[in-house]
Amino acid sequence: MEENLAQVTTLPGFGRALKTEEMVINMGPQHPSTHGVLRLELVVDGEVVIDVIPQLGYLHRCFEKHCEHMTNYQQVIPYADRLDYVAAMSNEFGFVVAMERLLKIKVPERVEYIRVIMAEFSRIVSHLIALGTYGMDIGAFTPFLYCMRDREHVLDIFEETCGARLLYNYMWIGGLSHDVQPNFTEKVKSFCKYFRPKITELNDLLSYNKIFIKRTANVGVLPGDVALNYAVSGPVLRGSGVKWDLRKNDPYSVYDRLEFEIPVGRGLRGTVGDCWDRYMVRVHEMEQSVNIIEQAVDKLPSGDVQSALPKRIRPDAGDIYARTETPKGELGYYIVSDGTATPFRVKVKSPCFVNLSALPAMCRGAMIADVVAILGSIDIVLGEVDR
Amino acid sequence: MTPQEIFDALKTAFGDAVIEGKLTGTIDPFIKIAPDKAREIGLFLRDDPRLQFNVLMCLSGMDYAGGKLGVVYHLHSMAHNHKIVLKTEVPSEGGHVSSVESVWKTANWHEREAYDLYGMTFDGHPDMRRILMPYDWQGHPLRKDYQVPEFYNGMKVPY
Repeated sequence: MEENLAQVTTLPGFGRALKTEEMVINMGPQHPSTHGVLRLELVVDGEVVIDVIPQLGYLHRCFEKHCEHMTNYQQVIPYADRLDYVAAMSNEFGFVVAMERLLKIKVPERVEYIRVIMAEFSRIVSHLIALGTYGMDIGAFTPFLYCMRDREHVLDIFEETCGARLLYNYMWIGGLSHDVQPNFTEKVKSFCKYFRPKITELNDLLSYNKIFIKRTANVGVLPGDVALNYAVSGPVLRGSGVKWDLRKNDPYSVYDRLEFEIPVGRGLRGTVGDCWDRYMVRVHEMEQSVNIIEQAVDKLPSGDVQSALPKRIRPDAGDIYARTETPKGELGYYIVSDGTATPFRVKVKSPCFVNLSALPAMCRGAMIADVVAILGSIDIVLGEVDR
Repeated sequence: MTPQEIFDALKTAFGDAVIEGKLTGTIDPFIKIAPDKAREIGLFLRDDPRLQFNVLMCLSGMDYAGGKLGVVYHLHSMAHNHKIVLKTEVPSEGGHVSSVESVWKTANWHEREAYDLYGMTFDGHPDMRRILMPYDWQGHPLRKDYQVPEFYNGMKVPY
């Protein structure tokens, strides 16, 4: 019976055979499972969700308007940190990649490799939080503590490098704010050695847990073609079986010189594109990130990380759209310059915003309790959704 | 296909609705289109076997200052791995753009955002509401001539 429940609830007319009434329930904005201040209007018929209407904007901090009032492009970076505040390095990375293409700056190799290492570390951090809190949404509290413990080690490396643990202002246009510490290589290597077994531990604890699989497999299925029409990206797209990763398909920085796999959802515990697939893609991505970090730290060349910093940031009039693969998906910056030192327009195409827009498509026909599982599997950060 | 071939294909199919193409000398080549034909052009770009632009990467609202708003579409085709940028311009008062929501679902929220922050209307959009600002907000904040209101619902707005 339990196995068939997911199929039964998606049949046309389920829940309507008994004459019931539609009801609107508010979930949020202060609900613990919405990962921030998001309000979902659930239109339910009994236990079955007919429609979901997300209401955003509670964390709208006018990022784009602020950018138009900066006196210098460099000032945007601390604000970019605060978009996706659990993976701030990745946001900076996207912005500096866009700006360097606009200014036609070639940055030193050392800078590129350090940036890649930092971006992959931030992917690990972001996925640890995503997986830990996802377990907590489903009802498994312990994995969250394990994830937070491992995250601390990465934050320690960030703190030693640039002094900050969460919001770094580390990547500058054309370089970095600090070079890494002399013992950086050993620290990174010992972390990689420490972290690999911890992924296995997480798998034993949560990923292959029978209850966890029952809550996530066959729930919130997003087929690949629907995913593409919604332009979702990152683990949500790859969970639907589409092999697409900007680090491979539209390479930037030095990713084309590093070897790694793109994990995709294969429906091993249910259907391709269900919550478990999206979850598992993140676990495998952490393994791949460790691989990338190890290769990058071996290849790390020497050099000055501030040699390419421009004296004056004043791009020619023109526009650019540059996208990078952050832990959440495709983060794009559309920057328009009018030839002055102030940005004319900075638009952020945030992966969380786009991924969240596919939520109604995933939730229709699901049970109320599954909405929490589906929302957690998208892994949104409201700072990036609302900007 | 190269940007020039994409431009030629569009020009043959739509004639005057494709206003001009700036295909060299810019970082991203772009094609300027008529705002009322955005949906038809989008559908053609998505479904033509030579083009197959299946992903709308980004849809941005713009204020070009001087009474002109704009919408910028960044398209990518996974099958052919080519990109193109479409731009369109509308007057800042009463500007109408035809909605591409029925072509790419992702445009739904992007167009709501552009409407919310710039104020152009997307014809044919199923749910044209504000998305980031409160539903009773006055004005469109990302316009260059926007003045911060002194009061919101009788409450003084601090600075």
